[in-house]
Amino acid sequence: MKLKRKNPVLRTRLPTLPPAARSRVALGLTAAAALGRFELQHCMQCGAVQYPPREACQHCLSIELKWKADAGAGELLAATVLHHSNDLFFRERLPWRLGLIRLESGPTVVAHLHARVPAAPAPVHVTARLDRAGQAVLVALPDKETSDMAEDRQLREFSCDPKLRKVLVTDGKSAVGQALVRALAAAGPELIWVGYAEPWKKFAGFDELKSIPQVTLVPLDITDSKNVRELAAEIGGKVDILVNNAEHHRTFGIGNRHGVETARAEMDVNYFGLLRLAQEFGPAMRSRGADGLASAVAWVNLLSIYALANFPAHGTFSASKAAAQSLAQCLRAEMRPAGVRVINVFPGPIDDEWNQLLLPPKVSPAALAAALVKALREGVEDVYPGDVAQEWLERWRDNPKALEKELSS
Amino acid sequence: MRASYDGVVLAAPVTVPYVRYSIRSAHWWLARAFSLLLEKSSLEKCEVDGLTVSSFTLVPDTAIGFTQHIGVSPRWLDHIPLGGASGVVALRRAARAVQAGDAEVVACIAGDTNHVDSFRLTLANFSQFARDAVYPYGAGGPNASFAFLTAYYMRLHGARPEDFGRLCVAQRANALRYPHALFKKPLSLEEYLSARPIAEPLRLFDCVMPCAGAEGFLVLAEDRARAMKLPYVHLLGTIERHNAFSADPVQMRAGWALEREALYGQAGCGPQDMDFVETYDDYPVISLMQIEDLGFCAKGEGAAFVRSRSLTWDGDFPLNTSGGQLSAGQAGAAGGFLGMVEAIRQLTGQAAGRQVRAAKRGLVSGFGMINYDRGLGSGAAILAA
Repeated sequence: MKLKRKNPVLRTRLPTLPPAARSRVALGLTAAAALGRFELQHCMQCGAVQYPPREACQHCLSIELKWKADAGAGELLAATVLHHSNDLFFRERLPWRLGLIRLESGPTVVAHLHARVPAAPAPVHVTARLDRAGQAVLVALPDKETSDMAEDRQLREFSCDPKLRKVLVTDGKSAVGQALVRALAAAGPELIWVGYAEPWKKFAGFDELKSIPQVTLVPLDITDSKNVRELAAEIGGKVDILVNNAEHHRTFGIGNRHGVETARAEMDVNYFGLLRLAQEFGPAMRSRGADGLASAVAWVNLLSIYALANFPAHGTFSASKAAAQSLAQCLRAEMRPAGVRVINVFPGPIDDEWNQLLLPPKVSPAALAAALVKALREGVEDVYPGDVAQEWLERWRDNPKALEKELSS
Repeated sequence: MRASYDGVVLAAPVTVPYVRYSIRSAHWWLARAFSLLLEKSSLEKCEVDGLTVSSFTLVPDTAIGFTQHIGVSPRWLDHIPLGGASGVVALRRAARAVQAGDAEVVACIAGDTNHVDSFRLTLANFSQFARDAVYPYGAGGPNASFAFLTAYYMRLHGARPEDFGRLCVAQRANALRYPHALFKKPLSLEEYLSARPIAEPLRLFDCVMPCAGAEGFLVLAEDRARAMKLPYVHLLGTIERHNAFSADPVQMRAGWALEREALYGQAGCGPQDMDFVETYDDYPVISLMQIEDLGFCAKGEGAAFVRSRSLTWDGDFPLNTSGGQLSAGQAGAAGGFLGMVEAIRQLTGQAAGRQVRAAKRGLVSGFGMINYDRGLGSGAAILAA
């Protein structure tokens, strides 16, 4: 199946965004949604759950409020279909369905309402999603998942589902790259371009990749500015989702290797490679943020949990990933006006040759790929796949200094 | 036992004629209202020693800044940013100030401008909750919130679109006899029902039209009004109650339901004694809620009530006799004054062409500030000739 694409001769609509302004306290909802979580404010004194976010508990006035996961179960009390809006983003997307929902945890919330939710009263499952402005909104889904749920016109505005879209994976040579292509192919994209450096060398898995019907292999070396520019000129205006998984990984810190050549090679792929891609593919994707149903939607960076805090045994690699993360934040800000989401993936050690000596648990390429596809479907912004990544994240959120000490001991 | 309002009266109802859009600022509209009050009462500027101001678009100014704008030096001043509850609340504040001698003559004014983009800007910045939890959903402002209330009310109480339409149609008939109403054409039930949907189940004529305008009245001692030969009305009772029933999942009642005994107790009369009612009517469902909460019928029977009564100025339940905001237009905070100003006109025999016969008592109700999913402010006053 193919989505009908816009006649390229016609003017492409300029992207518009839903209202992005939020109070600082409301950004707690966004912080959780960026990780794919739906959290509400809980009062630590009296246990009350409240929404919209407040600076104090509306029951006992305590200021000890914590964001905690909500199951999202609720009842649709009333629904409306907007046929009018004062906001440009919604004017272009009318009619638009909204619901008023009583959560089992207490609060009444306004939420975007999935088309498959029947008339009130009806059970719903409420989640928090990032909208095109990168801010959290609540979305009420049918309480039972259906196979075509992701195709809802409204839901698609919040997700970056690869289904029927065109995807570029920058490195098909690595185990992770091949797992990614397999997982993405199963998600029903229209096509996948798969980059591979040094095209004169046949690599393991080449034939299998080539046999996937949606796959087109394209020579791509992201350390070669000319190569990146030429590929962007050829396909940049068609890429809906760019997955930059190319990375260079060697294991050493500072003292046990002389010279900067290896560190520079890591930076050239992990940091400058991202910069080259962003400069060549970014503008075209930004211009296609509202290009019909199959518009440009997402840019995915394979970073590393080591970007949060340096792992001295892989010290220069950590530094290059930290640089890449910082640049990805810049890219995210620059892509936001177009509604194109920048998704950063922070895996713990991947079960590949460069982590040979690390003790398990290590995340398998297949699990990493599955987490990435799930993140696209759910529109998550930051992904921490695997047990190690989750534990690092919790340690880092709890006390960054403690994590630094733990990693260096 | 609350102190009575004996000896304090309302006079000089004024309206600065509404327009759909204005290039003037709120200051212009409020200054016009103040000027009309002086003209109507023959008072000098310096004789008005108390002032309340209500406005959304006066920002960044408040009442204090406005005093310098119009060159007055009141010894009693209040800024009342309660939207549709402003009229009742301004009256309550002013009446006590006059009774206590803190001010002799209080001008209560409300007004807003409406530039082509000011409604959108007001919505986007209406409240922190609206900005965080409503505006990002495309609804911005009250349409979606009232669509939810209306849908829920219909489901719970079996109200039909025709019931809301009946109210809108009757108010339009009233508006045709009110010279300042922006809507000048009759409205039939068929036109109401076939109008385009705005936010289902709300149709075009369920929604007020934002506009520019201002309203005002004076609160002063009865002796003073008599000496000035100003027609005036008495204040029998008032209430206000805010953020009531906050645990209700959907707003089906508001502060009136908690305070109506206090209202009628203070006024020494009951709902059956009202010759007309001015509800706050930004959407018809809210009028039904007020009719119920203020004791004209039981909860949930509002639709049956309006079905069984004739709602025009000459009917057996005159409601929103100047057309209400639905037919006169919603001039921002002045919408919270529309019913009060009309009630003073009715009770002083100044409602030419739509005068309720032998009107002795009237009830005015206010409702305001859709902060998130419901209106927070509510108030009511009973006035008597």
